[in-house]
Amino acid sequence: MNACPEKVIRMMDDYLDGEISPSEEKELKESLENCSDCRKIYQELTRTIAFVQSASHVQAPPDFVQKTMAGLPKESQRVGVKRFMRHHPLMIAAALFVLLMSAAMMSSFSDDQQFAFTKQENLVVEGETVVVPAGQTVVGDITIRNGDLRVDGELEGDVTIVNGQYMASSGVIDGEIEEIDQVFEWLWYTIKGTFNDAVSFFDSNEQPIGE
Amino acid sequence: MDALVNKRIKRVMKGDQDAFAEIVELYQHQLFQICYRMLGNRHEAEDIAQEAFTRAYVNIHTFDQNRKFSTWLYRIATNLCIDRIRKKKPDYHLDAEVRGTEGLNMYSKIANEEELPEEELMRMEVQERVQYEISRLPDKYRAAIVLKYIEELPLAEISEILDLPLGTVKTRIHRGREALRKQLSNL
Repeated sequence: MNACPEKVIRMMDDYLDGEISPSEEKELKESLENCSDCRKIYQELTRTIAFVQSASHVQAPPDFVQKTMAGLPKESQRVGVKRFMRHHPLMIAAALFVLLMSAAMMSSFSDDQQFAFTKQENLVVEGETVVVPAGQTVVGDITIRNGDLRVDGELEGDVTIVNGQYMASSGVIDGEIEEIDQVFEWLWYTIKGTFNDAVSFFDSNEQPIGE
Repeated sequence: MDALVNKRIKRVMKGDQDAFAEIVELYQHQLFQICYRMLGNRHEAEDIAQEAFTRAYVNIHTFDQNRKFSTWLYRIATNLCIDRIRKKKPDYHLDAEVRGTEGLNMYSKIANEEELPEEELMRMEVQERVQYEISRLPDKYRAAIVLKYIEELPLAEISEILDLPLGTVKTRIHRGREALRKQLSNL
């Protein structure tokens, strides 16, 4: 671009960037004294910088803050929800868990319209009624879904009836009877069952330690 | 100052718009200045500076609080300015160097649609002329020059704002300075 050695130009740049070593600074000064072309470029550069820096500082218009704030997107509900999810991941996880669990329980309640019962010895089935025949003894818990229970003999154990009923009869039941008809109760029953399982799991775990 | 700004930012993150208004108050002039020098037009500068603040607000959760907020904000603004400048250009090959010029390409050639005749330039006020010459610089040199000489930021910060290595920033400043020297030699 000109006759001046590239090295001098490079030193000028370093000098203007404020990154020149003292020895090179001396060298640069000598070059500028000896070469009028170099001097001219240097002077023009410093003048240019001064011009650029002197470009008066402009200010934002007086209503800038107000306009900017008015232009901000209103916090939409979606943003709020998103932020909530970001800040409370545990809560979301818990909510999801409950949702999925209850969905699973509900579906197992409504899909499961089939007649089913716990098989125990001596039990007799008449249509959709489970019968403990007269003169017989059944040992163990019984759960019946979508069916009824009639006890003519003796039952040693708890009874749970879902979507059905216990028909009072002359038999003897040596245990608790529970009838579940509503969705809510079914849910509660399932949760209670899970909880009891968990407790008994811990109990059985603890026993060896206690011994 | 940084601690003060960070406190505001924490409030903004919690959804406090008033805290953001204080941030806009604090940075409005510097941000407007950058946009104005980059774009050479008050109206557009206001537009882009507003857009930059809006983006900062919307994306505040992506801001790393261990860094300097102004660096992040200026980065958003310079990127928006460069986008705006490029959008205004027609679509022939802009990176092609213009024959007989070093480091100057089509960007600089059409930065201002028509080059002003010599007499017109001589009639301009110094400040007007300086702004005109800055706006004729290729956008990549322009950003570096504006940040260095108008915002007077250290090179390391400019390199972070422009997301470029330090060496590249220096080269751009040198070339921009040299181009300006030639453009302003008759002043």
